[in-house]
Amino acid sequence: MALRYTPLTPLHEELGARMGPFAGWNMPIQYPAGVMAEHLACRAGAGLFDVSHMGQVLLHPLSGGVAEAATALEKLVPVDVAGLPAGRQRYAMFTTEAGGILDDLMVANRGDHLFLVLNAANAAAGIAHLGQLRGITVEPVTGRALLALQGPAAECALNALVPGVAEMRFMDAATLDSPFGALWITRSGYTGDDGYEISVPADQAVALARALLAVDGVVPVGLGARDSLRLEAGLPLHGQDITEATDPVAADLGWAIQKVRRTGGARAGGFPGAGPILAALAEGPSRRRVGLSPEGRAPMRAGTPLFAAETATAPVGEVTSGGFGPSVGAPISMGYVPADLTAPGTRLYGEVRGKRLPVTVVPLPFRPSTYKR
Amino acid sequence: MKYTEEHEWLNPEGELIVVGITEHAATQLGDIVFVDLPEPGTTVSKGDEIVVIESVKAASDILAPLDGEIVEVNEALADNPALVNEDPLEGGWFFKMKPANMTELDSLMTESEYMDFIG
Repeated sequence: MALRYTPLTPLHEELGARMGPFAGWNMPIQYPAGVMAEHLACRAGAGLFDVSHMGQVLLHPLSGGVAEAATALEKLVPVDVAGLPAGRQRYAMFTTEAGGILDDLMVANRGDHLFLVLNAANAAAGIAHLGQLRGITVEPVTGRALLALQGPAAECALNALVPGVAEMRFMDAATLDSPFGALWITRSGYTGDDGYEISVPADQAVALARALLAVDGVVPVGLGARDSLRLEAGLPLHGQDITEATDPVAADLGWAIQKVRRTGGARAGGFPGAGPILAALAEGPSRRRVGLSPEGRAPMRAGTPLFAAETATAPVGEVTSGGFGPSVGAPISMGYVPADLTAPGTRLYGEVRGKRLPVTVVPLPFRPSTYKR
Repeated sequence: MKYTEEHEWLNPEGELIVVGITEHAATQLGDIVFVDLPEPGTTVSKGDEIVVIESVKAASDILAPLDGEIVEVNEALADNPALVNEDPLEGGWFFKMKPANMTELDSLMTESEYMDFIG
């Protein structure tokens, strides 16, 4: 299949990005500064990301109000959508009948409809999945780019161009007029830092990106550093840390299932896999996603088997994401281990190139988040 | 100085050869965060995977450029793997080896041949 190009492609090339295929899109992997410098610049100032490959989707109620769309969506997600106020956003996931995770997504209530952001790799499947719902129309958004501006300088940089965004709180969603057209802005992101995601008309995307990059301290960041940033923040990546084979409870995402959808709640269950997922919430998971801190400098990457002892024959778990955390200054990983080995401080061994290297279970995130709650 | 198609440089130093990777390779690999070096005294055959370089992006193998014995490794890389990015041709060397046959060096690329090779 031919690669798809975002509206920002000419800018990436002008900035000297190293481009590469990702989920069917030609995306900037890194700019000349490199992954480490981009990561650190985002943490110190602000990073600008092109996330236009992600699926933007509107759910319109056929009749009545947004509550109808919310009620419909609740059939596919274990999340309280009906209770999500206008102007607010929430993390959600599509679950499978077996209790696995088909995709994770963001849901915003934009007053008279819902705005969803799906992972690029799953966008088409997600739109098809939504097509089974009654009482709504599913509108894949075309003609808009999606930018993320993340880091401590994000608020100041964006507010200078779009006054009003400084007043937004974490997970607020707003539509704001700007010289770049109507912007759909949420105060959210996937780096663990304060920041915004900005849906912008495609023909204004380069102008907005240029205006943001002109601000002192704002640097372009590619997918390489996006991955190390989200890993430090302890945020799971679908297809890697969360899949159809992992349930939300094992994935340590039980917090995303609000009381109203749990056993005893007013709208308990009613989503795919409710049986196994609610049982796992009640009984506790048999295995769980944890943070892992390798003792040496050798990164433990995805696929590294984990052992309870240096000489154990059978692995007890596996690393699902791993690399180097530039802000932590050390290798960091996350992975799944049995419930009795999840206590912080538990010592395990990861097998890297035939050597058993010690690794310690640690709390997530690796670095405190700085959301503006 | 001689070069391999695996982007190693080899610099003769008496009866030993100092081995590292080229600036081109270091740039392509990106920020290097860990270098797994062999034990001094290891006997290696040309093509053996003897060094693993971990960049922020991925792990890459470095192959033994010649038959011989590893006699010394760059201990400074343990604490400061970024030396490979900062100074690939001097401070970022990987190991010194005693080749089984010093004349094998003649079969490797010269600097101008290497420059043509990387285009």
